Amino acid sequence: MANEALQASAVEPDTRDQVVGNSARHNQTIARVVLVLLILFTLFPFYWALRTALSTQRDLLANPASLLPVGFTLDNFRAALGLISTSDAVASGGSGRTFAFWKYLFNTALVSTVVAAGQVFFSAMAAYALARLNFPLRNAVFIMFLAALMVPGVVLLIPNFVLIYDLGWINTYQGIVAPTVLMSPFAVFFLRQFFLGINRDLEEAAKLDGAGYFEIFSRIILPLSSGPMLTLGIIVFITQWNDYFWPFLVGRDEDVRVLTVALSVFRSQTPQGSPDWPGLMAGTLLAAIPIIVIFLFLGRRIATSLQFTGVK
Amino acid sequence: MDMSVTSSASQPKRRFLHEWRRGETLAAWLFMLPALIGFVVFFGFPAARGFYIGLTEWNLLTEPEYIGLENYRELIQDDEFWHSMWVTLYYVLLNIPLQTVLALVIAVVFDRFVRGSGWRSLLLLPWLMPNVVVALLFLWILDPGLGIVNEFFEAVGLPSQSFLGSVDQAMPSIAGINIWRHVGYTALLLIAGMQRIPRDLYDAGALDGASEVKMFRDITLPLLRPIMVFVLITSIVGSFQIFDTIAVTTSGGPVDATRVIYWYIYQEAFERFNFGYASAASIILFAILVVVSLVQLRLLRANESDLS
Repeated sequence: MANEALQASAVEPDTRDQVVGNSARHNQTIARVVLVLLILFTLFPFYWALRTALSTQRDLLANPASLLPVGFTLDNFRAALGLISTSDAVASGGSGRTFAFWKYLFNTALVSTVVAAGQVFFSAMAAYALARLNFPLRNAVFIMFLAALMVPGVVLLIPNFVLIYDLGWINTYQGIVAPTVLMSPFAVFFLRQFFLGINRDLEEAAKLDGAGYFEIFSRIILPLSSGPMLTLGIIVFITQWNDYFWPFLVGRDEDVRVLTVALSVFRSQTPQGSPDWPGLMAGTLLAAIPIIVIFLFLGRRIATSLQFTGVK
Repeated sequence: MDMSVTSSASQPKRRFLHEWRRGETLAAWLFMLPALIGFVVFFGFPAARGFYIGLTEWNLLTEPEYIGLENYRELIQDDEFWHSMWVTLYYVLLNIPLQTVLALVIAVVFDRFVRGSGWRSLLLLPWLMPNVVVALLFLWILDPGLGIVNEFFEAVGLPSQSFLGSVDQAMPSIAGINIWRHVGYTALLLIAGMQRIPRDLYDAGALDGASEVKMFRDITLPLLRPIMVFVLITSIVGSFQIFDTIAVTTSGGPVDATRVIYWYIYQEAFERFNFGYASAASIILFAILVVVSLVQLRLLRANESDLS
């Protein structure tokens, strides 16, 4: 595929190729080398984790440099998924520490879905008001949201923790989702910019037909912006899925523990001497799989949208 | 109002629009209500409260005691605080230049020689991964005993290295890990900036016999300035806030070598329960980030675009 992309550019009739044919070919070679290095550089850590997770701990110690799995086994994945008993896992060289993958997966998926849906929907409501409705203080409210965009998380961390603590929400789902489920300054800003670009004719017509604001919002604005809202939702979902510091502070309890926190706990439980690398890598890969799936299906869409919002 | 009574033809329409508009203010606030609650409760109020907590001595269990600027006075004389500031700055200086140069190289190659946007999404893959996952992948790759990097070193006759376990190498290793995660994303943003540069500038340059290096220096770099400012500010501000990678790999060690400011604040608040002191430290970090952003904007003259 790399070759196709590059050859397509090489065979294209291009004045540059005729003028400086040699140097153009030279540049193509450099480009190909950079691309290959980049692919190796990007994919190697994943391959290495996979190769390790498919190896047996004992054989790994004897042969750490083999590029293929040593003592091939699926037991590390089975153990992480709870498919074999702890004693069997220990017998095959695992640490025997429990990693309740399905529970952490459920917690992570729940928290990420709620935050993505809530943040996008409530931000869209606010963005609609800011983009379309006239009311006193509109600019002041918008500037307030813009200013919040600049405030780094560190200032909010301690006060928000104290607030969640006072509410008695430590180690609850609502404690984990509360700060992000109702809005994010970025989501409001992003959606407002998009709504401003929507043609007003449909809305004007709907107004004259007696449609109310909520009808206009739900029947016109939302359907017309389903694409950007979906992209935004995916980005919020991934951000929440990857978040570590906040759930680590307010959701360390086993019942609400998300995957990132679970991985760090699993890692800190491994003894310094001989960590259970195959087990740890199996858990790490399992935690990354949902993101990899999203990447495979929607990577291109996310890349395009980030480039657009990043520059604008 | 009075007008609408006298003019006959457009009267119903006008009154209708007026009614519609009167409800507009109420509707607007209703639409904004959930987001406003979120803003006030989890942004506005905590930001103000953070300043206040910074003026108190507080362990969360007893009542906060107001002590004015005492925390700030102590912080200025606190060697551990300054150490963590320097460690953070050291990290930023290791991270940003290399990451930006690598991203520029990748971006130029993609912009000039790779057709189609399919390959660009590959750049995004590391950035989409959780920090915790990336940290664990590299913890294993860089393991002093069994890591593949040391196995490779041994194979080619180089001595093995401790990497994250060594005072000197821990921070460069952390910087390397985060460069792996961020360089593609940075390149992606730079590519977007480069694509806005008119192609005929390059064609003209090529006709004049200019080399790619010369075109990069005379065309790409100057015209890339606005996006460069954006990329540098966001990556430097982000870089100052490094936490996850360190929490998973070194926990601030060895011997405080990676005890960055975020880790320092975390320990003060959640291990030593000095919530007031930790808040004051976070306010200082906030002030530094604001100054960094302003200085960069000024230095790079962000508002001047050569294209517009």
